[in-house]
Amino acid sequence: MATVSLRNSATSLLLFSRRFFRPELNVLCSYHEKVVDHYENPRNVGSLDKRSKNVGTGLVGAPACGDVMKLQVQVDENGKIVVAKFKTFGCGSAIASSSLATEWVKGKSVDEALKIKNSDIAKELCLPPVKLHCSMLAEDAIKAALSDYRLKQEDKKEERVKATN
Amino acid sequence: MLSPSRTVSSRLLRSCSWLPLRLSSEGKAIGSLQKDLIKKHELAKDELRPLYMDFQATTPMDPRVLDAMLPYLMNYYGNPHSRTHAYGWESETAMENARKQVADLVAADPREIIFTSGATESNNLALKGVARFYKSRKRHIVTTQTEHKCVLDSCRVLEAEGFNVTYLPVQKNGLLDLELLEASICPDTSLVSVMTVNNEIGVKQPIEEIGTICRSKGVFFHTDAAQAVGKIPINVSNWKIDLMSISGHKLYGPKGVGALYVRRRPRVRLEQLQSGGGQERGLRSGTVPTPLVVGLGAACSVAQQEMEYDHCRVSMLAKRLVQKIMSEVPDVIMNGDPEQRYPGCINLSFAYVEGESLLMALKDVALSSGSACTSASLEPSYVLRAIGTDEDLAHSSIRFGIGRFTTEEEVDYTAEKCIQQVRKLREMSPLWEMVQEGIDLKSIKWTQH
Repeated sequence: MATVSLRNSATSLLLFSRRFFRPELNVLCSYHEKVVDHYENPRNVGSLDKRSKNVGTGLVGAPACGDVMKLQVQVDENGKIVVAKFKTFGCGSAIASSSLATEWVKGKSVDEALKIKNSDIAKELCLPPVKLHCSMLAEDAIKAALSDYRLKQEDKKEERVKATN
Repeated sequence: MLSPSRTVSSRLLRSCSWLPLRLSSEGKAIGSLQKDLIKKHELAKDELRPLYMDFQATTPMDPRVLDAMLPYLMNYYGNPHSRTHAYGWESETAMENARKQVADLVAADPREIIFTSGATESNNLALKGVARFYKSRKRHIVTTQTEHKCVLDSCRVLEAEGFNVTYLPVQKNGLLDLELLEASICPDTSLVSVMTVNNEIGVKQPIEEIGTICRSKGVFFHTDAAQAVGKIPINVSNWKIDLMSISGHKLYGPKGVGALYVRRRPRVRLEQLQSGGGQERGLRSGTVPTPLVVGLGAACSVAQQEMEYDHCRVSMLAKRLVQKIMSEVPDVIMNGDPEQRYPGCINLSFAYVEGESLLMALKDVALSSGSACTSASLEPSYVLRAIGTDEDLAHSSIRFGIGRFTTEEEVDYTAEKCIQQVRKLREMSPLWEMVQEGIDLKSIKWTQH
C-alpha cells in the first residue's frame, strides 16, 4: 500500500514536475536529422578574403525575405575549388542547404560545380516542399560565387594584357 | 485542498498507471501497456520532453481542474438538459455551478454566460451574431489589424455578405489610438471588436477607455479576452464590455470549451450560428459538455484564487528572462509596449538571426516564432507587420510564454541557452558580419528571389 502510494506520488510528481533536458537530445523533433546535423556540427562556416583574386563571393537573398546566403570559394591555378566557406541568415533548412553546397563544391572544378542542382540538395536533405526554395537559393549562391570568380579572372587577364602592352 | 492520496485522480492512478498521452507517428493514441514501455524506453535513453515556454499557445491543465472534471467523465455522465431524472439534474447542477464560477471571475451575472466550444466559436458568434441581428439598421463594424485570425476571418465573411469593416491600424507600440477609434465610429456602426491582450506580443489595450467611448456612442463593444481572463482582473461592468470571449485552454482548463459573455442590461441581441434545441438561451444549441464546462468553471475559480500570486510570479520571471537576455546579447528588440502588457508574453526580435533557425537551435525548449518559415504560408506574422516591425526583424522574432508552472530554473536555462545559440547563429550570419564591418544593411541592393 505504501509502495503503491509512493509510486503514485512519484508518478504524479513526474507528471507535473519540470524535467531538464540534456543537450544531446534530439527526439520529438520535426526537423530532419540531416538538417539538424548541419547545424549541430557546422562545417565550412566562415569567411575568405573577398579581395583575393582567387576567391569568388556570392551573396544572394534578402533580409526582408528571411533568407540571405553568402558563399565563398577559393579556386587554385588548376581551376579546382580547394576551399569553400558559407554564412547564412535563414531557417535550419537554409543553413543546411548552404552547408551542403560548400561540402559538395569542394574538390570540384568550376564547371562541375556549376552542374549542382537544387533538386540534388533537396533530395539529400529530405527537404519538405515548403522548404524547396532554400535549396534553390543555395544553387543560386554557388552560381553567384563562381560567376564572381570568373569576373575576377577576366579582370586579371585584362590587367596582364595591359601590363604586357 | 485534498491530499494526493484522497483525490479521484490518485484513485485512478492506482487503477490504471495513468501517464501523459503521447501520440505515435501514425497519430493514434497508445494503450497504457505501450505507454509504460515508451516511458521506460525514454528514461533509458534520457529522451525527455522539452521545457514548455509556449503558454500563449495553450496551457497544461491544472491538477485541481482535472480533479473537478473526473467525476463527470466517469460516473456523473448525464445530459444536463435531461429534466426527468437524477442523472440530468446532477449534471445540470454542475453546469450551473460552473457558470457561476465563470461569471464570478469577470463580475458578471451567471445568466450572461453562454458556453461554447472555445474562443474561436465565441468570436464567430459575437461578430456574426450581432452583425446579422442588427443588419437592417447598421452595417458597419470596427476592429483592429492585430486581432486573432478568427475575428479577422469572421469580418472577411461579413464583408462578403455586404457589411463594411474598418480594420484600424495600431501604433508602433501595439496600442490602439483612441482618437482614431472615436473617429471611425459612425451612426452605422453596430459593433467594435478589440482584443484585451494580444496573443503574439502581449500588449494590453486600454479596454476601459474603449468601453467608455463605445458606450457613449451607443455601439456594442466586444473583446476577445482569451489571453486575459484569469490572468488580469476583469470587470465587465466597470469596463463597459458588452460581449467577451473566453477560452478554456488558455487558463489551465480543458481544451474544446470556452464561453461568451453576453450582456443583459442593456440587452445585446444575437443571431444564433448553431441551430437546434435552443440550449444556452437559444444562442448556442447543442448539449453542453458537462465535464468540460465543469473544468472551465474550476479553472476560473482556481484562477481567481491564484491571480495575484501568479501575476507577481510571472512578472518576476519575465523580468528575469528579459534582463538576462538583453544584458548579454546586443541588438535585441522587445516587440510591443513595455508597460501596457501582460508580462507573461514576451516577443523578442534577435537582429541578424532568423527565428526558425533559433527555434531549431533551442530544440529542448518549446517556443514559437513570428517568422515566415514557421507559418504555412511563408508570410511573416501580420501582427508584427501591423506594429511596423522591419521585415527582417519580423523574421527574427521569438515568443516566450511564461505561466503558472514555469520555474526559475527553466527561465534561467532558457535564457542561457538562448544567449549561447544567438551568439553561435550570429557567427554564422552574413548580416552580422557586415554590420561588424560597418556596412549599413539598408544601403545594399539585395537580389530578389
